[in-house]
Amino acid sequence: MTDQLHLVLNGVPRTLPRHQSATTTLLDWLRAEGLTGAKEGCAEGDCGACTVVLEGADGSRTPVNACLCVLGQLHGRAIRTVEGLGPHHIVPRALAEADATQCGFCTPGIVMSAWAHTREGGDPHEALAGNLCRCTGYRPILDAMARMQDDGATPPAPVPPESAKFGGFHLPASLDEALALRAVRPEALVLMGGTDLGLRFSEHREHPAQVLCLLNVAEMQGVEVRPTGLRIGAAASYAEWLRACRADAAWAPLVPYLSRLGSRQIRGLGTVAGNLGTASPIGDALPVLLALGAVVEVAQLRGVRHIPVGAFLTGYRRNALAPEELIVAIHLPRPPEGAFLAAEKLSRRHDQDISTVSLAALITFEGGVVREARLAFGGMDATARRCAPAEAALRGRMLDDGALAGAGQALDFTPMADWRGSAEYRLEAARGLLRRLALRHAGLAAEVFA
Amino acid sequence: MMDGSSFRLKHAGQAMRHDSALKHATGEARFLDDLPEPAGLLHAALVLSPVAHGRLDAVYTATAAAMPGVVRIITPVDIPGENDIAPIATGEVMLAEEVVEHHGQALAIVVAHTRDEALRAAAAVTTAVTPLPPVLSIEEGLAREAWIVPPQTMVAGDAAAALEAAPHRLSGEFHAGGQEHFYLEGQIALAVPGEEEEMLVHSSTQHPTEVQHIVARVLGVPYHRVTVQCRRMGGAFGGKESNASWIAAAAAVAARLTGKPVKLRLPRRADMAATGKRHPFLYRWEVGFDAQGRLLALDALLAGDGGHSVDMSGGVVFRALTHALNCYGVAAHRITACAVKTNHVSNTAFRGFGGPQGALLMEEVLHAVARQLGREVDQVREANFATHTPYGQELDPSLTRRVLAEAKQDAGWAAKRAEIAAFNATHPTLRRGLGSFVCAFGISFGIVHLNQAGALVHVYTDGSIRLAHGGTEMGQGLFIKVAQVVAEVFSVPVESVGISATSTAEIPNTSATAASTGSDLNGWAAHAAAMTLRERMAEVAAQHFGCPVEEVVFEDGQVFASRAGSNKRLAFGELAKLCWKARVSLSATGFYKTPDIHWDAAALKGEPFHYFTYGAAVAEVLLDTLTGEHRCLSAHLVQDCGRSLNPAIDLGQIEGGFVQGLGWLTTEELWWDGEGRQRTLGPSTYKIPGSRDVPPVLHARLLAGSAGRARTLFRSKAVGEPPLLLATAVVNALRDAAGLVHLDFPATPERLLLNLKAVKSGP
Repeated sequence: MTDQLHLVLNGVPRTLPRHQSATTTLLDWLRAEGLTGAKEGCAEGDCGACTVVLEGADGSRTPVNACLCVLGQLHGRAIRTVEGLGPHHIVPRALAEADATQCGFCTPGIVMSAWAHTREGGDPHEALAGNLCRCTGYRPILDAMARMQDDGATPPAPVPPESAKFGGFHLPASLDEALALRAVRPEALVLMGGTDLGLRFSEHREHPAQVLCLLNVAEMQGVEVRPTGLRIGAAASYAEWLRACRADAAWAPLVPYLSRLGSRQIRGLGTVAGNLGTASPIGDALPVLLALGAVVEVAQLRGVRHIPVGAFLTGYRRNALAPEELIVAIHLPRPPEGAFLAAEKLSRRHDQDISTVSLAALITFEGGVVREARLAFGGMDATARRCAPAEAALRGRMLDDGALAGAGQALDFTPMADWRGSAEYRLEAARGLLRRLALRHAGLAAEVFA
Repeated sequence: MMDGSSFRLKHAGQAMRHDSALKHATGEARFLDDLPEPAGLLHAALVLSPVAHGRLDAVYTATAAAMPGVVRIITPVDIPGENDIAPIATGEVMLAEEVVEHHGQALAIVVAHTRDEALRAAAAVTTAVTPLPPVLSIEEGLAREAWIVPPQTMVAGDAAAALEAAPHRLSGEFHAGGQEHFYLEGQIALAVPGEEEEMLVHSSTQHPTEVQHIVARVLGVPYHRVTVQCRRMGGAFGGKESNASWIAAAAAVAARLTGKPVKLRLPRRADMAATGKRHPFLYRWEVGFDAQGRLLALDALLAGDGGHSVDMSGGVVFRALTHALNCYGVAAHRITACAVKTNHVSNTAFRGFGGPQGALLMEEVLHAVARQLGREVDQVREANFATHTPYGQELDPSLTRRVLAEAKQDAGWAAKRAEIAAFNATHPTLRRGLGSFVCAFGISFGIVHLNQAGALVHVYTDGSIRLAHGGTEMGQGLFIKVAQVVAEVFSVPVESVGISATSTAEIPNTSATAASTGSDLNGWAAHAAAMTLRERMAEVAAQHFGCPVEEVVFEDGQVFASRAGSNKRLAFGELAKLCWKARVSLSATGFYKTPDIHWDAAALKGEPFHYFTYGAAVAEVLLDTLTGEHRCLSAHLVQDCGRSLNPAIDLGQIEGGFVQGLGWLTTEELWWDGEGRQRTLGPSTYKIPGSRDVPPVLHARLLAGSAGRARTLFRSKAVGEPPLLLATAVVNALRDAAGLVHLDFPATPERLLLNLKAVKSGP
């Protein structure tokens, strides 16, 4: 147990003074330290001007929004900012040489996303989804990114995780420790990556007295691939889940969908457990968990419970967790052989946007017709839920446009109306997403951003 | 005159990188919030109205005042000067007094030791407001005849009679939404009080002089007490003209009342709630035309939502009106434009300043006519290109035709048409579409006297040059362009021209960096200053060489007698030192006013623009008829920049402007709830384009070989605003893909899907 906050900043180990609040955001701290390259553009994790990179001990580079992270959760981590690349680095030079800066305010954040991308690879649009530029139109930025190469830099030596306590900020390293803390501090704010609750620090400038951060709990780490499915540890990020899906064809239909969940910055910090813990109605993971019949493993000192995700979510920002309980893991059953799995998302902007409507479908067949359909929708009700009448409408039918249009007519939602869409549009679009399943099932191009 | 029309340019005209590009990318470039903070700095936060309209009975500050760190809470009675921040009119309050007129209106200023303390205390201030019914739509404003800008009508012939007599008639109505600037750097100012009522204001502003005036007004001091500086902005787009001024004024009042430096940096939510946006417009039109698609008569109304106060709405309405016919002519017309008062935040300048809104009118008209006659839209365009604007200024239809033809050629229009038809015949749900657009955009401030600029150039005795002018740098590359002009005059490398922050102490009485005029005006002013110095230096050189002054040549950092390469030569720095020894001043101001422009505001006639710039675009889209989602697949843009001062910078303006226009017309939607509260107050709810929204094929280029005809600097043309309009091609492609004429903007997936559904189910 330590009460000293250690981190590595631009390769240099730093021990923060004891009076430093652990709920100060990383961005505020960096700027107060005189590292003003990272900027505050929105304080809600959407614009990316504050992007910095967490350097993993394995060489991985995870871009994160410094506005949403608080210092306490970064204990033991290595952080690199734009100042840590220096003026001769290939990434800033490539951007400058490609005329990829205009006002330049977003540029340091773009530099850091691009630097992570040179190692992590993949779709450059996905790499930039968490960075907004209002001036350039992005074309020169993408050109510059195409010319960058990994600098081969190795990460600084890791600081081994240990349990820590910084004032009222608790960072347990084991489940027993976490449950014991939870039992005596049921009022503590349970913090995972902070992509939702982080707004309390960044936007509302709060400093909660007691915070229980579970990111270092050993039993909650990682995504484990099992024959029966995935065990997603409560502290595993969306990025880790996505990586597991990319590695196994059974989960391939989820890859484009999970790639649109937030941005790399959000997925690098955010967790499925955090999404279930806040029971936010706008979590894109929920329809997928519902369609696949995920089970939430929760624990308290007295023991463990396994709760089907449908029963776990009890309403708008409400769930079945008892005050002393914590989520330990989510178990995601592997889709049966021959089943059709699909996940569809409709949002105003393709990337880094909250769904207007989302749909996850798991459909099994017998003799060429639907045996069972599990259809779960997000954005259509106070919480994500399955739609029994539409599922029933598909049973015994071929999965074609007529059957899916019929299922659309059976939808039993009276959706909300807000800035993301009117009730009429949500219903109409949900029917459209259902009909899109026929195109997917037939292997046809089904969407404009394919 | 060395205006470059036939001159070979070495420095101006080159594709040079933005002067700060590498500093941007390394994080070294300092924005206002990155400056070292002065000792004793206090932070301010605004208290904003929670309602759209009501009588302000009380503002309760006692709880907030007792919170940790709070130094002072400022309400209107505390303002030392006038509570008036109007940029053009009068009587626009900085802090609401008796009534609140929009959600997010500033009510009070909280000053505290830290920003967190100020924000928390501001959130703890409560109000007593007696609600009044808010006006939330243009239609309601029209019905109440609540004018921010009263209707102005351009008339030619007898439109009513011509409509009556026309072989075909059609009418329509549509809306275009507003647009949040979403400059990445929010509004910010730092006011540092000095001796004897002096106030130094660092402001992220496009208009340092207006900041100076408004700070002086709220403080009640002469202008000479206030100095305003701006090195660079993190984006502006029109949003840091009048809005930067009142933010700076609020910081200055807090600094005066506390005697300490005060920084005011708005959180994004407050910025989006409290500062104005692009004007939304309502359009109603009726057109008469013949079987060939020639427009014979047009009666149209363009009504803007001014928000709760005038701000710069007069100029926006002027530009909407002067661009309503775009590059087309209609013999008999009656075009009315106005702005109504609503309980929205006061709308303001935004790149294009009413021009993009004006130009939307003819697009719906032309598409409706083409649909009715079963013709291609471009045939209808061709039948109606004009030689003169309705207010009597000459257009160049050959350039209109040329840019459109080149954009279509670049896009491979005919082949694309065939490809699209084949695709649409086979895919069950996806539809592709193709659209074009061409426009003529007038360059100059609509108010004649604003078309002036000043510059100050010093040459030091080592030959280095310091350049100051009244223009501000917001990312558009103005500083490098003007430095290139000065480098050209002296024929020295651009690196020897030192760029400095804009300051009212160096250049007084400036205009905003706006209306695309930044490099035209400031470039000429700097040119004048540099030419004055060059003439003085040439005389000293002539004496030194013993040659006639006309024979002195400045070339590549050296000065020669008779001809470049001559043995009689001096390095530029040697000549500078020689001038100093000869006691010749090496400092000069330069001034410029745009020639020949005039406007009769009563008759709505004149030549208000120095020239027009022409641009055209072709866009291809893919539309999902199941969800309304769409994507622009390709865009080919051709923009006339005359003889460009810097093709690299101009290309960036074309691409960036296009994408910003794409956002305005397709994804960016401002949403107010039934009580008039704006609910899209951050990037999580207000969606500007991301990198994937940019067409995978984006081919933008400058029109080749098109030196401007007007007496512009080296025959260049302005570029800041016009390319934004080119995104109109995208919505025209959406009309094509969806088979719709009528569209409201932004053309979101929701609007497209519900329109498709309405058409399918019939009237």
